[in-house]
Amino acid sequence: MYFLLKNKRIYKGHQIMINHHSMDEVKLFGFWPSPFSRRVIWALKLKGVNYEYIEEDLPYNKSDLLLQYNPVHKKIPVLVHGGKPIAESLVILEYIDEVWPQNPLLPKDSYERSVARFWAKFIDEKGPIMWEFYLKFGEEQEKAINNSIEILRTIEEHGLEDKKFFGGDKMGITDLVFGLVIHILVPMEEIVGVKFIKEETFPRLHAWIKNFSEQPIIKDNVPDYSRVVDFFKRRRETYRLSAHPNH
Amino acid sequence: MLKSEDVKVLGSWSSPFVMRARIALNIKSVNYEYLEERLWEGKSELLLKSNPVHKKIPVLIHGDKPICESLVIVQYIDEVWSSGPSILPSDSHERATARFWAAYLDEKWFPTMKTIGLAQGEDARKAVIPQLEEGLVLLEEAFGKCSKGKPFFGGDQIGFQDIAFGCFLGWLRVTEKMNGAKLLSEDKTPALLEWAHRFCSDAAVKDVMPETDKLAEFSKMIMAKMRAAATPKS
Repeated sequence: MYFLLKNKRIYKGHQIMINHHSMDEVKLFGFWPSPFSRRVIWALKLKGVNYEYIEEDLPYNKSDLLLQYNPVHKKIPVLVHGGKPIAESLVILEYIDEVWPQNPLLPKDSYERSVARFWAKFIDEKGPIMWEFYLKFGEEQEKAINNSIEILRTIEEHGLEDKKFFGGDKMGITDLVFGLVIHILVPMEEIVGVKFIKEETFPRLHAWIKNFSEQPIIKDNVPDYSRVVDFFKRRRETYRLSAHPNH
Repeated sequence: MLKSEDVKVLGSWSSPFVMRARIALNIKSVNYEYLEERLWEGKSELLLKSNPVHKKIPVLIHGDKPICESLVIVQYIDEVWSSGPSILPSDSHERATARFWAAYLDEKWFPTMKTIGLAQGEDARKAVIPQLEEGLVLLEEAFGKCSKGKPFFGGDQIGFQDIAFGCFLGWLRVTEKMNGAKLLSEDKTPALLEWAHRFCSDAAVKDVMPETDKLAEFSKMIMAKMRAAATPKS
């Protein structure tokens, strides 16, 4: 069956044109441990969008298609919709939210949208800083751990507040971005032997982890934990041997 | 419905990011109060209260609500004052393209330009110039695709991508002047060269774009301060 869906939408007072309808072919180029492609997978699943997933063999074996679709950065994720590529994970999430408005990632209210965008960007930027500790050793690692704690403290106090999710009662864009905690941060903590988000130290974030992990879309779409631990262990070891032969 | 008198912008005349907010408000013909932060003398109470996370300008204060991060602010302005000319394109894929290039400018291109200020020695500075030129060639290509023969990235009028990129023109010209370089040129970026003139002359832009000479003086002063701060005291 072939549906031609309405391709015009009134969106915050503006008319948005969606020039290819929602049934056009969707492809996602990703990398299984990457939090940047993971958040896109979650968004597509949340909205019930059918898509073809292409696993990229990073970092040394990027496909020709990837390089063609993202010539500027040559990175995943790239979403290709009706043959047109979109790159940069936050840009992709906003695009997905506009084309498939069911289970919205952004709230309707303009101010709340600005708050959601602010925190999505904050966490997206600080994410890589948060996990620097796993590739550091000795004193540098201690410093990195303190940086991570500071970032989490800001998110706990100003970002999540007393809400169940960053998006309120339901998950939103910021939840999908902060979701890196469950499949990146937790495995790295295990490898290094630290634990950041404890009930006593970060009660709100601790509760959030439980609520977020239990969501069916999330639970059914996280990479295999031991596979992730293995992957990061090997990376850390490679890094240690090349950069810090004395540790 | 909040009155226009309830709109404030906390900023600094030299900041390209602040310019984005002001251009967007100008496009929508919104009256606002502009509060200049004297950043070298310490941040105001209002700034620290309104942006406790980053403590940075710009901040848009609408009624009692603070909105932070320049691109978030521009999108907010576009959505709230929806009866004015649109800033973001209406096509979803074009919106994504506009956001993509804004992210590129903020995360790659402008940070590269900033390294010139901190670079030690003329050789180090000159090494950065080709990287900036490369980025501009990409943007020249993007301009061709997005403008489709019209004067701006946004078409007939200034849009999101114009604002996101055009705000850096002041600092671009300072960089050219202080390094004897031509970042925008006839042979490599002819379309952008013309676009830059149009952008800076636009009614929404001309009163908030700083003069290159004034910016150059300011830049020298900052660099002197930074060097003084970095020099070990004997």
